[in-house]
Amino acid sequence: MHLKYESQIREPLVDGNKDYHQITEDIIRPIEAKPSKLWYIGFSISVALLLFGVYSVYRDVTYGIGQWNLNKTVGWGWDITNFVWWVGIGHAGTLISAILLLFRQGWRTGVNRAAEAMTIFAVICAGQFPIFHMGRVWLAFFIFPYGNTRGPVWVNFDSPLLWDVFAISTYFTVSLLFWYSGLLPDLATVRDRAKTKFRKLTYGILAFGWTGSTKHWQRHEALSLVLAGLSTPLVLSVHTIVSFDFATSVIPGWHTTIFPPYFVAGAIFSGFAMVQTLLIVVRKVLNLQEYITLGHIEAMNKVIVLTGSIVGCAYLTELFMAWYSQNEYEAYAFFYSRANIFSPYGWSYWGMMFCNVVSPQVFWFKKLRRNVVFTFFMSVIVNIGMWFERFVIIVTSLYRDYLPSSWSYYYSPTIWEIGFYLGTFGLFFTCFFLFAKYFPTIAVAEIKYVLKTSGENYKEKMDKVEDQKVEEFAHDYAH
Amino acid sequence: MALKRYVVGCFDDEEVLFPAVKKVRNAGYKIQDVYTPFPVHGLDHALGMRETSLHTAGFIYGILGTTTALAGMGWVFTKDWPMNIGGKPNFPLPAFIPIVFELTVLFAAVGMVMTFCYLCQLAPFVRKHHFHPRATDDLFVMAIECTDRTNVEDLKGFLQSAGAKEVSYQVAESGWWFGRYDVEPKLYREENPVIG
Repeated sequence: MHLKYESQIREPLVDGNKDYHQITEDIIRPIEAKPSKLWYIGFSISVALLLFGVYSVYRDVTYGIGQWNLNKTVGWGWDITNFVWWVGIGHAGTLISAILLLFRQGWRTGVNRAAEAMTIFAVICAGQFPIFHMGRVWLAFFIFPYGNTRGPVWVNFDSPLLWDVFAISTYFTVSLLFWYSGLLPDLATVRDRAKTKFRKLTYGILAFGWTGSTKHWQRHEALSLVLAGLSTPLVLSVHTIVSFDFATSVIPGWHTTIFPPYFVAGAIFSGFAMVQTLLIVVRKVLNLQEYITLGHIEAMNKVIVLTGSIVGCAYLTELFMAWYSQNEYEAYAFFYSRANIFSPYGWSYWGMMFCNVVSPQVFWFKKLRRNVVFTFFMSVIVNIGMWFERFVIIVTSLYRDYLPSSWSYYYSPTIWEIGFYLGTFGLFFTCFFLFAKYFPTIAVAEIKYVLKTSGENYKEKMDKVEDQKVEEFAHDYAH
Repeated sequence: MALKRYVVGCFDDEEVLFPAVKKVRNAGYKIQDVYTPFPVHGLDHALGMRETSLHTAGFIYGILGTTTALAGMGWVFTKDWPMNIGGKPNFPLPAFIPIVFELTVLFAAVGMVMTFCYLCQLAPFVRKHHFHPRATDDLFVMAIECTDRTNVEDLKGFLQSAGAKEVSYQVAESGWWFGRYDVEPKLYREENPVIG
């Protein structure tokens, strides 16, 4: 009797001749082995970047953010660009684990764990920028509404910046809960295999005493499904609210109704690109090519070409509306500050156009979608392009104010702004290296769950099922 | 917490497990639980478990979040400290929607996860009896509680005939206790009480 059935035509999600124990072995072994030399090198570089970032931020706090090159006109520069960029990257994880769960996309099982981890780290990185942009960071708790002795003076619930506080902190919390509740069974697997005292202790604590009881699994499934249902609108809401930071202000180039869907598509676009960048390295280093197959990479590339095209469509719509609205300020922002390649920041607009709109179109070709090295290269290009997008939106709308007297000619970052950005890279990769070493990078239990339908060695057994009569098939399945 | 006696059968294939569950239940034995390395769909029904109400709890938490957000913001802006912000009304519902939505999701998610942990008794430093270390790897472990009338040897044989690869008899704590996984637990009662 087959409990599950999947068409043979579908590409297997797990390659090779696997059984349940082999899956555990393949995914958990790297946790139990000593880290490789490559891991130490990568980890050291990340920590070095992190330390440089910490020093930059230390200077920001000590001397004030006057050490950044922000000026009266360009009040948001690299910091907010980086904030939006990181938040955008943080969208892929929950999209993969939540939306693709609701859409019953089997391939998500191979990539969701690492993508969710990436989401959490990216959101942590994103959060740093608005917090330190406040200047007096020791008063950062003022952003939360709490009864205080100053009136009480409350926060402004009408402000999109406050909506952002709620959106980002909710997103972080829910993603963390989703991720960790999914991790519990796998941490229990590590715990039960552990040989050393230390590993037994730490994974014993982390796994919360998970036993694998059927009742617990039943609740776990219910929890995952509802969390997915909650996270799906949440993912869409977070970048929508980030886009409100811009769209609700009356600045040419920002004040557009297209921003929410356009930002969400862009976020998914950049998030998937970052997932590709990380997973292509992870699958190679940890030898997980049989779990993160070319099929997975191709599926993600399809998402990239789709969202990239949506973003491209949004860019063109913006240009059209700038003309069609006959608003001279809007037209100035779009046709002079952005699309004119000879204007001071024209290069960034065309860089963005090339990286985000033109280059992903190569993924219409199957050969290129399944080419790992090329995908890695493209994922980096896409992330550069998405950074440019946020930079274009923020800086080119700001640097020419309404009054020519307050035009700033050229805003370029100081070393400490760059240092802060590099520091978040350090933070992100330090976290990711630790995750890849000490946590199961692939959801072990979920892979086991799809093995008998989507494992390569189980595919041929589906022959029997396909030859069955309908009644027998129905009978077998009605248990 | 009480010491109970179990007969444990380990299966290595869920396709053998399902008929075995049916057989064991039909024979009148009470299955305490089946421990599996991954969620096996339909097993809860096969064991006669009722559907979980965690969804309902999530809905209630969500409603709680919605009302908290609306009531909180409404009170602050209309009663406690009304402010004129760009001439907007003091209770601008459209401007409240983002925060209302976020708090709904936040309350529902946090509440559900806490309820889940409470129902399953999951927390750091919680220790439970594990019938087989490979239950989280590749074995489906069925634990059957023994009563006074259970013939252990018969039951073992019965499980083997139903397809169990490994059978054992264990005396174990039924609940949970605070403990660490690097220290082996000691049973606080004699394992084999002397029957006079």
